[in-house]
Amino acid sequence: MEIAFWILAVISVASALAVVFLRNIFRAALFLVLCFFTIAGIYVVLHADFLAAAQVLIYVGAIAVLIIFAIMLTRETPRGSPSGRFRLIAFLVGATFLVAMILVVTGTDWQVITEAPTEPTTSPLAQALFSREEGFVLPFEIAAALLLAAVIGAIALVREK
Amino acid sequence: MLENFGYIGIFLVAALLFAITMITLPILLRRFRIVPKKPNPVKSSTYECGMDTVGKSWVQFNFRYYIYALLFVVFDIQVVFVYPWAAAMGQLKLFGLVEMAVFFLIVIVGFVYAWKKGVLEWK
Repeated sequence: MEIAFWILAVISVASALAVVFLRNIFRAALFLVLCFFTIAGIYVVLHADFLAAAQVLIYVGAIAVLIIFAIMLTRETPRGSPSGRFRLIAFLVGATFLVAMILVVTGTDWQVITEAPTEPTTSPLAQALFSREEGFVLPFEIAAALLLAAVIGAIALVREK
Repeated sequence: MLENFGYIGIFLVAALLFAITMITLPILLRRFRIVPKKPNPVKSSTYECGMDTVGKSWVQFNFRYYIYALLFVVFDIQVVFVYPWAAAMGQLKLFGLVEMAVFFLIVIVGFVYAWKKGVLEWK
């Protein structure tokens, strides 16, 4: 259990570093996929099976595919990203964000639930989301409207005139 | 539940070991002089069988592929909702079915629009 977590954590951090430091942007995207997969594995270790499946579906399935498509559609990708003028500013912003995150994570009083986690989580989650009494029916249908807007927006943006 | 995921972990380890073995086996066999080394130009070409490639392998793909990626993402998000719904279908009964039907009807309007606009056609 502990071992699995540490293996996954080391792989995810290493692949995240590879995403940042690799010159070839396509390889960086592939390491991003590996990072997403190991995060899904960490969710499994934490007994969140639906979250792990959603992570694989959305991050590995959709977002990584979009990123790789965008790279394939771009010219001269193997050259990598040219070193920009904003290197120093980007480093400062990133470092500030990192310090803020570390301060928040170490300063928060994390509450640990003593009861055992429910498993599998998928069916209880669906009942909480879709049930008639205390479900989220209207937000769910609004999500459909949001997806519709996304489809129409994508068509309007990509279609040739 | 975790035991089932443990099987997936075993599969992953087996797949990794298989890949590593397949790469290191010829190298080791060569190192221990079990297989002879007789290279010739055809044998050491990248594509031993098939046509020689022309130009760079990095070409810019047509941007029209992107619309398929975007529509795929919408389907993908739908799956995230359908998957727990299908897992709890027995308890949700007719109300859940109607809910999901409305959800699909709303999103399908977008795909009908895409179809009518001819976005999915390849000219």
